[in-house]
Amino acid sequence: MFYVLKTIFWAIPRGLSVTFKYLLTKPITVRYPEKRLVLSDRYRGLHYLTRNEDGKEKCVCCGLCAAACPSGCIYMEPAENEFGERYAKVYEINELRCIFCGYCQEACPKEAIFLGKEYEFSNDRREKLIYNKEELLKNGQQM
Amino acid sequence: MIPFIIITLIKILVVFVVFLLMIAYLTWLERKLLGHFQVRLGPMRVGPHGLLQPFADGIKLLFKEELVPANVNRFIYNLAPILVFIPALIIMAVIPFGDRITILGQKVDLVISDFNMGILYVFAITSLGVYGLVLAGWSSNNKYSLLGGLRSSAQMISYEVSLALSLIGVLMIAGSLSLVEIVKAQDKFFNWFIFRQPLGFLLYLVCIIAEINRAPFDLPEAENELVAGYYTEYSSMKFAMFFLGEYGSMINAGALATTLFLGGWQGPFLPPVVWFLIKLCAFLFLYIWLRATLPRFRYDQLMNFGWKVLLPLALLNILITGVVILL
Repeated sequence: MFYVLKTIFWAIPRGLSVTFKYLLTKPITVRYPEKRLVLSDRYRGLHYLTRNEDGKEKCVCCGLCAAACPSGCIYMEPAENEFGERYAKVYEINELRCIFCGYCQEACPKEAIFLGKEYEFSNDRREKLIYNKEELLKNGQQM
Repeated sequence: MIPFIIITLIKILVVFVVFLLMIAYLTWLERKLLGHFQVRLGPMRVGPHGLLQPFADGIKLLFKEELVPANVNRFIYNLAPILVFIPALIIMAVIPFGDRITILGQKVDLVISDFNMGILYVFAITSLGVYGLVLAGWSSNNKYSLLGGLRSSAQMISYEVSLALSLIGVLMIAGSLSLVEIVKAQDKFFNWFIFRQPLGFLLYLVCIIAEINRAPFDLPEAENELVAGYYTEYSSMKFAMFFLGEYGSMINAGALATTLFLGGWQGPFLPPVVWFLIKLCAFLFLYIWLRATLPRFRYDQLMNFGWKVLLPLALLNILITGVVILL
């Protein structure tokens, strides 16, 4: 009986006062399409491939990113150009499999692949979420 | 005779429309307030601050596909939502929301029907509401629905006794079962029954929350135990009927508490109807506030609390009231 009285006259009013305090605080909701959160500098979003000053792709298709990738979402085929330099003939990232860990960016010796800040790339076709080299290079230009 | 019928029909129409609008906006208010209690915004998209949300919800529910599970008892399955909704509507008939006024020479009581056993009528009709829940749970052919229905019946039985007993003190002082007479007995501020019956008021508040299945007594529809409780298998407008009934009984409970303990429509300066609505909204806010604060009771705690705490306290309240009246 004493416990019940203590609950009614002490615990419940205290709980009510706590919730009332939160009623008066300003909501922390960010109304998404109109307003966006400021992303951290280290945010890991959609990948992009970079070019050097001459406009050539930095990627030499060494395969370290694919080896580092825990989810195995990077696929590449090497080839040589007319100067005997290696480059990636095919370079595909399956964004459906990717877990955005950033290991590919860490593994890359040529600073060719980075994770950007784009996060709105949903699609209604699965095929379109397997990004090929041209699309990844284009992502780099937009950065 | 004919003016009387016309006036009554107009009153019924006005009360019906206002009641349904209040139900609609109560859902909006609840979502909005719960949102702000949880430092969110609540509905914001449909209309300014989500003000058109209730209508959007209503239209959506009307156009939803109606699914009836296999092997249900069709007749009872269809009857149950009606049995929940109708009692919530007809309780409003005896609740006085204003004093007698004169319009075009006609004296109009601002209550649909002032008959001398109003409070008994309210008890009788609120008890009918539980049949809807039990029958919905039973006829759905679903174990969660059945458990929800059983819980609601057990809960109603345990709390209705204390609910009725908690009001005996009020009736003893007022000396009448008519709700209009009870309001008139609270003519001065310190004559309000909340001051003359503080224990009775607390008991009533707890019991009525259990009666209308609100948190922390929302066991019949405990989402995290019973999926949705008794209305698990309902969809479309039948589902909406359960919600209309539930929010309607919330308003009824608030209106009844206003009438019995807060002096009904009485108050200074503002018109009586406005005072009634202000007091009613205070109760509705309290229900939502409690829902945002308190966790759900466990089933055995609920039963213990109902029979071992509330019932003795209600009897004690009657005893004290009786002794004070005798002295």
